[in-house]
Amino acid sequence: MERKVRVLVAKPGLDGHDRGAKVIARALRDAGYEVIYTGIRQTPQMIAEAALQEDVDVVGLSILSGAHMALVPRVIEELKKLGMEDVVILVGGIIPDEDVPALLEMGVAGVFGPGTLTSEIVATIENALGRELA
Amino acid sequence: MPLFNEEHLQRLSKTLNRWKETTLRKTLEKRPERLQKFMTTSSRPVNRLYTPLDIADFDYEQQLGMPGEFPYTRGVHSTMYRGRLWTMRMFAGFGTAEETNQRFKYLLEQGQTGLSVAFDMPTLYGYDTDAPEAIGEFGKCGVAISSLADMEVLFDGIPMGEVSTSMTINSPAAIIWAMYIVAAEKQGYDRRILRGTIQNDILKEFIAQKEFIFPPDPSMRLVTDTIEFGTREMPYWNTISISGYHIREAGATAAQELAFTLADGFAYVEAALERGLDIDAFAPRLSFFFNVHNDFFEEIAKFRAARRIWARAMKEKYGAKNPRSWMLRTHAQTSGASLTAQQPENNIVRVAIQALAAVLGGTQSLHTNSMDEALALPSEKAVTIALRTQQIIAHESGVAHTVDPLAGSYYIEKLTDEMEEDANRYFRQIEALGGVVRGIESGYFQRELAESAYRYQMEIDHGERIIVGVNKYVADEPIEIPILEMDPEGYERQVARLNRVRAERDNAAVEKALQALEDAARGNDNLMYPIIEAVKVYATLGEMMGVFRKVFGEYHEPVFF
Repeated sequence: MERKVRVLVAKPGLDGHDRGAKVIARALRDAGYEVIYTGIRQTPQMIAEAALQEDVDVVGLSILSGAHMALVPRVIEELKKLGMEDVVILVGGIIPDEDVPALLEMGVAGVFGPGTLTSEIVATIENALGRELA
Repeated sequence: MPLFNEEHLQRLSKTLNRWKETTLRKTLEKRPERLQKFMTTSSRPVNRLYTPLDIADFDYEQQLGMPGEFPYTRGVHSTMYRGRLWTMRMFAGFGTAEETNQRFKYLLEQGQTGLSVAFDMPTLYGYDTDAPEAIGEFGKCGVAISSLADMEVLFDGIPMGEVSTSMTINSPAAIIWAMYIVAAEKQGYDRRILRGTIQNDILKEFIAQKEFIFPPDPSMRLVTDTIEFGTREMPYWNTISISGYHIREAGATAAQELAFTLADGFAYVEAALERGLDIDAFAPRLSFFFNVHNDFFEEIAKFRAARRIWARAMKEKYGAKNPRSWMLRTHAQTSGASLTAQQPENNIVRVAIQALAAVLGGTQSLHTNSMDEALALPSEKAVTIALRTQQIIAHESGVAHTVDPLAGSYYIEKLTDEMEEDANRYFRQIEALGGVVRGIESGYFQRELAESAYRYQMEIDHGERIIVGVNKYVADEPIEIPILEMDPEGYERQVARLNRVRAERDNAAVEKALQALEDAARGNDNLMYPIIEAVKVYATLGEMMGVFRKVFGEYHEPVFF
């Protein structure tokens, strides 16, 4: 039986707005993925360690506080330190358009703002992993 | 005494049936209705038509009463907005105290009638601007306040004894409040005349906003200390803003928002009573804060039901004798989560409709969101439009000319009754769990919210719920509105001030004050007094909260989705 895709949904930094992260975590579970949700107030290090421990394929970061340009690169750095540079990284929350190119440049596979339908996120994950498998 | 005549109701029942068999049937045959189900924003089914039959036992005196009298369904004041308009109070704050001070002055110049302070994440979590936990978070969601020095700058040139100020602060509320009080005293005002509100509603933090720090019991101790202090020392200050706004934003339905907010209120009343406070001394200064969401009629009914439920509970369950203890006074904010990033100008329309509902619901104070809500903190242009929205409603729409104009609407009264019934069902559930704190610890509220939030999103994903610009009338256009820009050197300036404070203050006095604070925290004394002393010698927020973190510990919530 094919291994299920494993997704870590995490909230880095101080932002406690977790409605979106929880809805997406559940939607991804309903879409057939194995989902782990870290809860709020995770440091980049905690997220990388959880990603390693849970052996995930995808890390989804939820940030509505505006601190994404400080937090996302740090998470990516911590993941690299643990040898997880192949993991697919998605970012959701309140991300101004002008910051998106920089995030994509860092290696983020998709940025999802308000109004995103959960099906779009699933499509992005399927795409990102499909590309890798090919 | 029921309003409707039994004979008339019977006749009406026959008329209604005839109508269904004839006129209605013909219409439905020619044109079936647009949707399978019509529902409110909270997924509550809405009927085609409401008549006196829906409120057959309606008793005006019991259920409504007169405005300004028990049970206050029609409003807490007898003349409502004819006597005084609601306070136009725009939530504001970003970057450094200097920038926010400018925005406050701008808003006051543009006609707002009360101040409302938004603090940044580090401040909300009790961290100084340069704390390692605060990296990247300075000034993004509000103003950074790390010490009394920042508070003095925040209100520089604003007479603190002549404005009322609401501060959205929870875990560190006692400390931020102390900074406000000391800053006002330094401006020359007696604390007894100060007017304002601290949000200080820790229970809803555990439930929704998640800015809790300490476990529930010491958190409640801090809240009770502030209520006690306010009751003793500050007769014009609302010691708490019992909030539903955040619970709603986190995904609750209108009924859940109503029930969970009032349940929190009851928990605070009980905690204060347990402390030995006299209910008629503290209850008049408890205030509320509700969301006002998209479904126009449901929101109006929610406000009316809230007033009636609270009045009855305070009088009949808690035995309050002072009519001011029975009155539910509330601030309202239009729903942020209902606004879209796509086609942001549409948000101006959403906010106008929501604001109108708040006014028809009888709010005492109102914040209207800006069109750029889903993108950034409000730009000057966007916040001005939001303020003008309130001013136009007040002066051009006519709704403020008469008290509770929707009373007597069959739909509104039916909905008000239904909301009250729903709330009572939730109260029974919460009681069965052992109360709000037990509910929090068992994850009850969080599960309810996650469930409602998921249902709402699935309705959108499946097209059962239309969000204009998001899943219908979508335009593939770039978002082109001016976005707020903050001082790029704000962080450095703030840290420089913080370091100056640390260097120039009497550090021996600070150490002594922090020790006194720790001793008080370990004991039972009211913490406001040692906090004020520490604030006076410029102990920082992070230092004081550090003492509390040490003594009370940090809370980790159960994680699930």
